[in-house]
Amino acid sequence: MADEAPFQFLHNEVLQYIYKSAENGETDNGRNIAKLENMGFRVGQGLMERLTKDTARFKDELDIMKFVCKDFWTCVFKKQIDNLRTNHQGIYVLQDNKFRLLSQLSAGKQYLEQAPKYLAFTCGLVRGALSNLGVKSIVTAEVSVMPACKFQIMIQKM
Amino acid sequence: MQSRNEWRRMKGRREGASNSELFTLTYGALVTQLCKDYENDEEVNKQLDKMGYNIGVRLIEDFLARSSIGRCQDFRETADVIAKVAFKMYLGITPSVTNWSPAGDEFSLILENNPLVDFVELPDNHSTLVYSSLLCGVLRGALEMVQMAVDVRFAQDTLRGDSVTEIRMKFIKRIEENLPAGDE
Repeated sequence: MADEAPFQFLHNEVLQYIYKSAENGETDNGRNIAKLENMGFRVGQGLMERLTKDTARFKDELDIMKFVCKDFWTCVFKKQIDNLRTNHQGIYVLQDNKFRLLSQLSAGKQYLEQAPKYLAFTCGLVRGALSNLGVKSIVTAEVSVMPACKFQIMIQKM
Repeated sequence: MQSRNEWRRMKGRREGASNSELFTLTYGALVTQLCKDYENDEEVNKQLDKMGYNIGVRLIEDFLARSSIGRCQDFRETADVIAKVAFKMYLGITPSVTNWSPAGDEFSLILENNPLVDFVELPDNHSTLVYSSLLCGVLRGALEMVQMAVDVRFAQDTLRGDSVTEIRMKFIKRIEENLPAGDE
């Protein structure tokens, strides 16, 4: 869809900027990832606030996760999360079988190591979205087979 | 009590708005980051313009693929395509095309509202920041890929107190395509 394009192009350009402007590209990977994640965090907070302005309160944590998987993911990526798993003890795994932001990367194995760059912003997005709902978390992501990826959310008890 | 049309419009606006909000909020986060990284507004403006240029040179392909618009005959047609097709397609707005120069090589795009600046206020210490500079770069980069060298700048900016946002575009010259030697 055309209206997804501006964000995807912008996201790509933000990535290039963060990595290019790092003084020591190689060793600062962790810092770059953190910068991207933090940007995503603020965007996620703002977005969730707008999205839930008129929504009723959530029943429980699982309810919140379902909202993230359906409404939030649809708002951001025009599709829902394909699979949600949980151990019912604060760990959730969200699987997106065709992650939009990876679609520009070739499916070859050699690009796998570039993948974390493309996931950092979205991890922050999710963490920020949850934070806006009063949920503190740690969000990580991994790609096993392109373009599918999994986001792991660990709820932090406050 | 709201009429059914009003309700539908409101609902549509909220749903439709959310996706452009992702772009708007991300853009805001980018500008914030740049303001942290660079000492002065001029540098930020330049960086935004450069990033816009990088986006523009790739966006044009996306645009041409989606819109199947043929080659524009002249700058007037280019202006119309930019305002009525491209802006509508990507940002959901249709700026008006006005203020043509007598020579027909310069015009203005008037944006009643600029989606990039939703929720944005410029703090006092950033009075020379041209917040939407990315757009100038995008337009310049995109047109360069279709052999047009143009100059793009903001003549008015609602963030800096003007009533509308006005982008001024000037045609500089046609860029000759360089065909490799030996081609038919």
